[in-house]
Amino acid sequence: MKTIRTVFLKEIVENFRDRRTLMSALLMGPLFGPILFAFVINLSVKQSLENADEALDLPVIGAEFAPNLIRYLESNNINIKDGPESRAAAIDAVSLGEEDVVIVIPDNFGENLSEMTPATIEVITDQANTQAEREARRATRALRAYGQEIAAMRLTVRGVSPMIMRPLNVDEVDVSTPSGRSAILLGMLSYFFIFALLTGGMNLAIDATAGERERGSLEPLLCLPVKRDHLIFGKIFAACFFMAISLSLSLTCFHFTLKFMPLQELGMTPNFGPAVVVLAFLLLVPFALVGASLMTLVASFTKSFKEAQTWVSVVLLAPTLPILVVSILMVRPSTELMFIPSLSQHLLLVGLIKNEPLNLLHVLVSVSGTLIIGALLTWVCARLYRREGLLG
Amino acid sequence: MIIVEDLHKSFGKVKAVQGVSFRAEDGKITGLLGPNGAGKSTTLRALYTVLKPDSGTATIDGINVVEDSVGARSRIGTLPHGSGLYPHLTARENISYYAKLYDMPADIIDGRVQKVIDELDINDFADRRTKGFSQGQKTKVSLARSLVHGPQNILLDEPSNGLDVMATRALRELIRGLRETGKCVLFSSHVMQEVAALCDEIVIISSGKVAMQDTPDGIRAATGCDDLEEAFVKAIDMVEAES
Repeated sequence: MKTIRTVFLKEIVENFRDRRTLMSALLMGPLFGPILFAFVINLSVKQSLENADEALDLPVIGAEFAPNLIRYLESNNINIKDGPESRAAAIDAVSLGEEDVVIVIPDNFGENLSEMTPATIEVITDQANTQAEREARRATRALRAYGQEIAAMRLTVRGVSPMIMRPLNVDEVDVSTPSGRSAILLGMLSYFFIFALLTGGMNLAIDATAGERERGSLEPLLCLPVKRDHLIFGKIFAACFFMAISLSLSLTCFHFTLKFMPLQELGMTPNFGPAVVVLAFLLLVPFALVGASLMTLVASFTKSFKEAQTWVSVVLLAPTLPILVVSILMVRPSTELMFIPSLSQHLLLVGLIKNEPLNLLHVLVSVSGTLIIGALLTWVCARLYRREGLLG
Repeated sequence: MIIVEDLHKSFGKVKAVQGVSFRAEDGKITGLLGPNGAGKSTTLRALYTVLKPDSGTATIDGINVVEDSVGARSRIGTLPHGSGLYPHLTARENISYYAKLYDMPADIIDGRVQKVIDELDINDFADRRTKGFSQGQKTKVSLARSLVHGPQNILLDEPSNGLDVMATRALRELIRGLRETGKCVLFSSHVMQEVAALCDEIVIISSGKVAMQDTPDGIRAATGCDDLEEAFVKAIDMVEAES
C-alpha cells in the first residue's frame, strides 16, 4: 500500500509540472468538447432559423406566362427574379452550383390551365446539395399549395365542397418533451466527456511504460525492493486521478457553456444543472479505470513515446464504436447493455439529460461491470509488467 | 557478498551468458571486464533480478536472487546502464523518491538524502530540476539515489560512460570510499585502465564465459604478460580458442 501511495504521489507531482500533461488534461480535453459543441449548435440553430424567416430568392424562367402564380409566390415570402435565358442554361447553372433552384414555366402554361389539363412546371435542382434541397422543398411546397387552391376553386365553382378532396385528416401528436428532443443532439455529449476523460490520463499512461523505458529510468526502478504490481498500480491510479480531474472540468465547462447556447430556440431544454453534473461525474468516473489500464496496456507493447502516442490515440476512438452502433440501431437501454463500458455510461447519461428517472439496477450493473473490466485490465497490465521483455 | 554459480541465460538463439561463476567479496572492488557483448550487462541484470537466469544460481548476502528477488533487491544499490532520472523532479526529489520506495522510515529520509548529497558533492544542483543536467551530474544523482539506503552491495554497470576526466576521478574516489566502509562493490567496464586503477579482483568475461578471475598481479602472472592490457587480450584469446 505504501509503495502504491509513494508512486501515486510522485506521478501526480511530476505530471503537474509537465506542461504536456497539463495541456491535455486541463485544457485540451475539457475545452475541446464544449467549444466544438457550441460551434456546431450555434451554426445549426442560425441556419435553421434564418432559412425559415428569410425570403427565398427564386429564379423563374417564363414568369410572364403565369402572372397569378408569381403573385401567389411573392405573397408567400418568395422573391421572384429573372432566371437564365433557357432551360438548358438553367440546368448548367444548377449543376455548376451557380443557382440552387430554378423554376421553368412553359409558354403553354395558361392554355393548359384554362383547358383544365395538368399544366407542367419544372423545378430544376441538385438533390445532392443539402442547401439546394431545402430551398427546392420550399419552392415545391408553395407550388403544390397553389395547385390545391386552384383545385379547391374549381370544385367550389361546380358546387362541390373542397372537403371532398380531403378524406383523411392526418394529425401528428409529438409526445417528446423539450428535454427529450435535446437528448438526440446532446447524446453526442457523452463521447465528449469520455474523450476528455481519456485525454486527461493519456500522457501519464504512456509515461508509465514507454516513457520510463525511453528515459532509462525504468531499469533502476525495477531494481528496487518493491513488487512490480505495486509500481503499476500506483501509475494506473495516478492516470485515473488525472482522468477524473479532466472529466470534472469538462462537465463543469459544459454546465456553463450550455447556458450560452441558443438551445431553447430549437425547442430544447437540456437538463444539465449542478445536480446532473455531480451525478454524471459519478456515473462516468468508473470508466477512468478502464481507460487508464487500457492505455497502459497498449503503451507497454510499444518501444518509444512516439510509437505509444500513435497507438494510444486509437484507444481514444475505441469507445465511440459501441455508442455509434447503438445510435444507428436505435437500441433502448437494457440491463445486458449496461455491461459494456462506454456504452453503459452513454445510455445512462442520455437518460439523465432527458430527465428520465435513473434505473438503479442499470446504474449498479454499469458501475460494477465497468469496474470489474477495469480491474481485469489492470491485472493484465501487472502481468505484462512482470515480463522480462518489458525493458526491451 | 555476491556469489554467482554457473549462470546461463539465452535470448532466443543468442547465448548471452553460458556458465559464468565468480565471487565478489565484502570490502573489495570487483571488476567485470570484457569486450562489448561479452555478457557483462546480462550477468549484472540477472543479479539485480531484472532478468531471470535459465539455470545456475546467484546469491546476494546468501539470498537467492530467483527465490527471493525482493529480498535480494533490498540488499543492493544499482546503477544500471544508462540510468535515467525524472526530468520534472529536482535531484533531491529523485533521490528521496527512491528512499521512500526503499521503505526507509519517514523521519530519517530527509537526513539520509542530505547526507548522500553531501557525500557525492551535489549540493550545488540538488534543488534544480534534472532536465538539462550534464551526463556527469546525472550519473552523480543516479549514484546518490542508489546509495541512499546504505546498501551492503553496490552494482554499477559501466558507471564511467560519458564522464569527463574530473568526474571519472571523483567516481573512483567514491568507489574507493565505499570499499573502506566494507561494502562489496561490483562494477562492469570495457576500459582496461579503469579496471586496473580500481580493482582488487578482476573477472574477465568473454563470449558469455569467465576467462579468468584473479587479482591484477595474478592475471599478469597467469598470462605471462607484464602489461595488463596484453594480459586481457591474451586471456580473451584463450577462451575463444577453447570454443
